[in-house]
Parts: sequence; C-alpha cells; structure tokens
Amino acid sequence: MNLTQILFWFLSALALFSAIMVVISKNPVHSVLWLIVVFFTISGHYILLNAQFLAIVNLIVYAGAIMVLFLFVIMLMNLNAETEPQKNKWLKMAGVIGGGALLLVLVAALKDADTRNQIAQTGVGDIGLIHNLGLVLFKEYVIPFEISSVLFLSAMVGAVVIGKKE
Amino acid sequence: MHALLLSVDWPLIIEKAVLISIIIGVSLLIAMYETYAERKVAAYIQDRRGPNRAGPFGILQPLADGLKLFSKEEIVPNHSNKFLFILGPGLAMLTAMMTSAVVPWGGHIHIFGRDISLQIADVNIGILYIFGVVSMGVYGLMIGGWASNNKFSLLAAIRGASQIISYELAMGLSLIALLMMTGSLSLHTIVEQQQNGVYYVWYQPLGFLIFLVCAFAECNRTPFDLSEAESELNFGYHQEYSSMKLGFYLFAEYVNMFISSAVMATVFWGGYDVPFVNDAAFGLNHGVNLLAFLQVVSLFVKIALFIFVFMWVRWTVPRFRYDQLMKLGWKTLIPLALLNMLITGFVILLKQNHWHF
Repeated sequence: MNLTQILFWFLSALALFSAIMVVISKNPVHSVLWLIVVFFTISGHYILLNAQFLAIVNLIVYAGAIMVLFLFVIMLMNLNAETEPQKNKWLKMAGVIGGGALLLVLVAALKDADTRNQIAQTGVGDIGLIHNLGLVLFKEYVIPFEISSVLFLSAMVGAVVIGKKE
Repeated sequence: MHALLLSVDWPLIIEKAVLISIIIGVSLLIAMYETYAERKVAAYIQDRRGPNRAGPFGILQPLADGLKLFSKEEIVPNHSNKFLFILGPGLAMLTAMMTSAVVPWGGHIHIFGRDISLQIADVNIGILYIFGVVSMGVYGLMIGGWASNNKFSLLAAIRGASQIISYELAMGLSLIALLMMTGSLSLHTIVEQQQNGVYYVWYQPLGFLIFLVCAFAECNRTPFDLSEAESELNFGYHQEYSSMKLGFYLFAEYVNMFISSAVMATVFWGGYDVPFVNDAAFGLNHGVNLLAFLQVVSLFVKIALFIFVFMWVRWTVPRFRYDQLMKLGWKTLIPLALLNMLITGFVILLKQNHWHF
C-alpha cells in the first residue's frame, strides 16, 4: 500500500459513508451538508487522477454554487425534522423498488466491464490539466461546446422571464 | 509500513509544515493588528485619538480585546443545532485561512543546503483554487445563520450569501481578462511575468477596479456590509453568537481582508517584486536570502497599503441599500467586466496580427 492507495481507500470510504448519510439524514439541511462532503471526496479522487482543473471546477460549480442554492431553498422553506410530513407507505415501497432497479441496471452494466486492463492511472496523465482540456474543448469539440453555451443562455433567459412579475 | 514511511519525502513535509505554521501565525498576528489599525484609522478620520490606554499608543489593545472575548459567557441558543452552530464560525475562519496556500510570499531562500520556495503550493490552477475557497466561504455564514434558529439571522445570512455569490461573478469575469494576458493560472508564474517592473494593473486598470470593488463585497466590508449592519439589521447573521465564536466571525473578516489584499497585490501589483530594483541581478550580487527578505517586505508593504485603502473606504463611504448593491453588482460591474474582456481579447488578437486589421 502506498500513499496514493491509502488516500484512495480513505476517500472512497468517506464518499460512500457521506452518500449514505445524505439519504438517511432526517433533516434536509444535514443531507445537503453531507452531499457537499461527497463532492469534496470526489474532487479528491480527481486530484489523485491528476485532473486538478476538474477537481476545482467540481468544487466551484457544485459545492460552491449549486449546493448554496439548495441550501437557500431548504432554509427558506423551513423544512425541519418535526415539520417533515410522514411519507406514504406505498411511496416508500415504490422508492425501494425504484432504487433496487437502478442498482440492478448498474450491476448489469458493470458486470462485464474490463477491470483488468483499464486501470486508473493515479498521479500521472495530463488530460485533466487545464491546458490540454482547453485545447480539446476549443479544437475538437468546439461546436458542441458553443451549442451547450447557447443552451445555458436560453435557460438563463427562461429563468428571468419566469421570475419576472407581470 | 516501514517502506511507506521511507517513501515519504520527510524534509519536504517538515519544510511545508514550518512554512504553513509561520504563514498562519503571521496572518493571525496581522489580523489582530488590523483591528487596532482599523480603530486608529477610524479615530484619525473622525478627529479622535483612538485606543491609547493599553500599553504605549494602545498597542496592547488587540490582546485586551481578545481576552475580553475569551472570558465572555458562552451562549448556545436552546433550539439550535449545536454542532452546526459551532461549525459555522470554524468554517468561516478555515476558509479565510486556506487561500494563503497558493499566494507566493517571496522568491526562494537558501537555508540548511536546501532551496526553499516561500509558497506553500505552486499548483497550476492557483487562481481557480482561490475562487474555490472563496465560494466555500459562503457556508460559514449560511450555516451559522441557519443554526442560530433565528429569523433575523437566517435572513441576514441569505442576504450575505447572495451578495457574495453575485459579486463572485463579476470578480471572475474581471480576472478572465487578466488571464487572457498571462496565459497561466499559477500565481507564481503571474508574479514572475511582472518581474520586469511593468505590473498588470497598467494593462488592466478597469479589471483591477472591478476586482477591488468585488473584494470589498466578498469581505463584507463597508460599503457592502449588508449582512452585518449593526443598526438596521440587528447585527446580522451572528446575532446569536457570543464569546470567541463571535470573535471568530469578526476575526475571519480581518483575515479575509489581509488575504484578499495579498491576492490583489500578487495578481495586479507585481506580488513580491521589489519596485525599481532588478531582482535577479540583486540576488546574484547580494545573495538570495537578502533578496527574499526584501521581497517579503515589499509584498507586505503593498498589502499594508491595500489594507489601509479598505479602512479608508470603510470610514468614508456610507453603506449601500440592498437594491443598490444588487444593481451595482449585476447591472454595472458584470457588463463592465464583459466589456473589459472583449476589449482585452480584441487588443490581444490585434497584437498577434501585428497591429493590422
């Protein structure tokens, strides 16, 4: 076991633990905070893969912006453990079946995956560095990239139109 | 296990640990004396004397203030979440300190036969790291405000968080124009590019101005201290806090001020470059250690000037109303930053084309 492996197992265990805590926390605010921990651990994995740009963008966009909006909404709706309505029994059952089906699909998809020859290269490889990522995005994938930016713009305009009072 | 311990580069770890402790210690010391400087500057601007009882010229005043905060009664509201209530100020302080990791505090020194760089981590995403940490700063404020279980605290926390998020955008856009010129995100490289004495502020005056205004907003300083306006908003998100937990929130603001001054000095004003001196030649003639010392002094002089500007503005300009603040952020600074970005891109392209259209 070298240092990278120890870090990998630590981050993985923490990620799984926090992901479970997201689901089983009674208080929605705690769930959001655990989700932020999950994002941090995933960023840690990115750093182990030498993808520093992805790691920091994951933190800025997800942990820094989207989760803040989640927190805004949950805090303003004042969802506390006491006021949380008890869910319908059938709804819970449906959730369990849905989650189980997803698990089945994931297991089926990953069952035949080639795990022998596709080993993650930790600490080497430079595809995740900002320089290479920029070259790929603006040379090979420039049209999808620009189209997705138009998509973002239209979403933003839509949000402003919805938020505007008549 | 033995092989694992041997595989670690221990001298490097010790070197970094010493460097981190020194930088954190210095940041805290400077933040302490910022509170003193703030009161003195306020006093002189308002034609008073300021604190002058504790020690000569009142220089022991920060110690007295700290002692007072430590010895106050610790109050945790009944219906609040205790863990998050304590986590809030801790997070505020942590995020304030974490930014200092990528700031280059000087060149390198030669000591015990080793070349030691005066920067904790020269990562190639330096500026993005700063943005990441700044965007985490919202959590200290929001968690604290929510865990207080008080409507006023919650409203002030949300107000402060939306202010920080709004100004982060303009801050990022103002830096994009600069990054187009530097071609690198590493703060060390950016400082090295300014070693010829031509600082980036001369190329990017508008970008610097936008960055400065956003830094004020990010640090929750007047004229943007809407989340902690004492008189009209019941002291804001830390209304329920007392003792050193309140002290942490107030202190984090001063640490933030120090660090953001350091970032501004690094990115726009040449960082540790000694003005009017050819650093490389000086290092050859007088040794790198003396050069590193002068560089650190030069950086701290720049930082001190910025901190003074922070205080000067606080005691001169009145506070914005909340709608004015949002209007300034979204309708003035962001379009200006976009314009600055376009002009910079245009000039860079023109230069690549040897000034032909």
